[in-house]
Amino acid sequence: MRSFPQGIHPKPHKEQTRYTAIQRLEFAPYFVLLLNQQIGKPSLPLVQEGEEVRRGQLIAQANGDFSSPLHAPVTGRVLKRGLNLDMNGSMQDSLVIQPFPASGQSPQLEAPCDPFALSSLELIEKIKTIGMVGLGGAAFPTHLKLKSSLDKKAHTLVINGCECEPFLTADHRIMLEQPAKLLRGIRIILHILGAKQAVLALEENKLDALRAIEPHLLPHDQISLVPLKTKYPQGAEKILIQALFQQEVPSGGLPADLGIMVANVTTMYEVGQLLPLGQGIIERVVSVSGDGVQKPGNYLIPMGTPLEFILETLGLCTKSPQVIFGGPMMGKSVVCLQTPTTKGVTGILVFRGESRPKPQAPLPCINCGECLQVCPLRLNPCEMARQAANNQLEPLLKRFHLFDCFECGSCAWVCPSKIPLTQLFKAAKKQIRQKKLHPLKSA
Amino acid sequence: MVYLQPLIFMAGLGGFLAFCLILAQHYFAVAEDPRLSQLVELLPQSNCGACGAPSCRAFAENLLHHGSQPAHCSQSTLSQVQKIADFLQVEVGVMERKVARLACQGGGNVARQRASYRGFYSCAGADLVAGGGKGCAWGCLGLGDCEVACSFDALRLDDLGLPFVTPDKCTACGDCVDACPKGLFRLLPLSQPLFIACKNLLEGEEAEADCAVACTGCGLCAQDSPKGLISMRHFLAVIDETQEPPEAVRQKAIQRCPTGAIGIWNEQGTLVKGRKAKKILNHQRLEVG
Repeated sequence: MRSFPQGIHPKPHKEQTRYTAIQRLEFAPYFVLLLNQQIGKPSLPLVQEGEEVRRGQLIAQANGDFSSPLHAPVTGRVLKRGLNLDMNGSMQDSLVIQPFPASGQSPQLEAPCDPFALSSLELIEKIKTIGMVGLGGAAFPTHLKLKSSLDKKAHTLVINGCECEPFLTADHRIMLEQPAKLLRGIRIILHILGAKQAVLALEENKLDALRAIEPHLLPHDQISLVPLKTKYPQGAEKILIQALFQQEVPSGGLPADLGIMVANVTTMYEVGQLLPLGQGIIERVVSVSGDGVQKPGNYLIPMGTPLEFILETLGLCTKSPQVIFGGPMMGKSVVCLQTPTTKGVTGILVFRGESRPKPQAPLPCINCGECLQVCPLRLNPCEMARQAANNQLEPLLKRFHLFDCFECGSCAWVCPSKIPLTQLFKAAKKQIRQKKLHPLKSA
Repeated sequence: MVYLQPLIFMAGLGGFLAFCLILAQHYFAVAEDPRLSQLVELLPQSNCGACGAPSCRAFAENLLHHGSQPAHCSQSTLSQVQKIADFLQVEVGVMERKVARLACQGGGNVARQRASYRGFYSCAGADLVAGGGKGCAWGCLGLGDCEVACSFDALRLDDLGLPFVTPDKCTACGDCVDACPKGLFRLLPLSQPLFIACKNLLEGEEAEADCAVACTGCGLCAQDSPKGLISMRHFLAVIDETQEPPEAVRQKAIQRCPTGAIGIWNEQGTLVKGRKAKKILNHQRLEVG
């Protein structure tokens, strides 16, 4: 079975949620819709305070090409427009919407269509209007990715079903429960790209999903299902390409340079479900897991549901919860209960603060080289950490290729001295961006 | 006898190479202004960079050849600057003295802490984890990156985790400005002591819930000052720093502020607040939550 060299094997911890079917979460008493849910410019709101909105209605339009529109997650009234904390800890413009309690909450459909009767460019425009972004966590606008892949004549579509982060099982459940819609999404994207083949990659701990998808494949489908050895960070697009094709994406380059487009399973599923209906993306499957929550599972949660409400509904079993949005390796700690979910939130992990060991103060680097042996990009984390601690930004950028690092956290995970390597790199990247030594780049 | 031959050979080779070096020194010598090394000794030699030159030596060259004025060295005292000017026989020149000012007063006794950060001890690190866990998203994290960056001992964290700048020691080199991940430091001239020590963009009670001394955006200071001096942007008062209002105008502007977010810096480096500013009686750190 194929895989990539290096990498780590964290405990998967997926048993808590992998057997529970996707359920819908109740509607929260208020919704906070952040206007910047994607990489790129924040969306421009189209509604005023006090206005009534219908579930699925377009309420914020894309600000230029490098942005994405937003749709109302519920039928209700816009209470106010104001600042709210996002998961990075900075204040962001947002719309607060209060749902009507008696509303049936049936979504408004914009323009149903037959995707296979439309041309590539029309479909890309459609994908932009439904507000689709990469739902694997990065939230990169899908229409931009499609456009650049189309320009570079991508010949292969890779669907990323690895879900290598521990605890998360949302992609796994979607593959198990919704293979038809998932495959429809893949066929639509293949139709847009005119690509020859599609490869759905999943790790060997999800072979049941593979068996669930297989019967839905049509004889003329160019879709192959490829199981990979379970390893972290296999779900990172550049690493996945290496695992599948033994090809390296050049430093600073994109998968499109190799003629490959990588998309997440959830993104494909939502495209397959929403695009034919012409409905905007207003909710997504989120894994809620961890030892601090009473009812873990996979839930269909509308964007903008405040964390407070999710924890209340699913029950906490701790007094000092530690919450992470995303996976435990690359996710973000959240400190404010009003923080809402966004399009990029793949999981919500709640841990008991009491049972977690106190973090150890970092010890000096002993040059053991463990980090070198796990870095999937073969960077030199220990030397980079030294440079970062001494604020040597120029060499970090030019000699050590800091911006190739996608912050998977493998180096910090194995470090016996508990040096916060990834955090140091993130801080250095932030400084480099602030000083404009490097053009703004998605990390 | 075995040793004699190599000894003579090595001595001869050494002598020949030394002769080459003497020749090279003679023919490739670069003429340097003899005043340069003396001038460098008159400068503080801390290489702080506040003058804009990367080192004191570079500044000395600028003084000699590129028309910099001795007063551009903000770290030297007046008498030292005078010495330099006498040495070069030039004017002292004028340079506005600047001081680093912190736009936050949210120490541990007034500003709410949402969560405790337990990672590596640095503001830059804490800022990456949900903004550091402070109630106010703009506020000082109090882990002292600026204290580490300051090479003049002008900046110390107080007991409540808020940096305190001693104006006499501050050379306005700007290291703290670069070090602060929240961008709270500004270099402002001493002649402009009117200051709004807050960056919170929230309105009224929302701002005050996070920090007792936040600017609530009430606009009283803007009303009490001449037009254009103080303007309101997103519920935060902003001072136009190009103006230099007289003392009476400054005093009037700060008196009605309910939280004391606006004030006037005194010479010791503390912010003097208006009469109506709420008195802070709590001197203990607030509990997390």
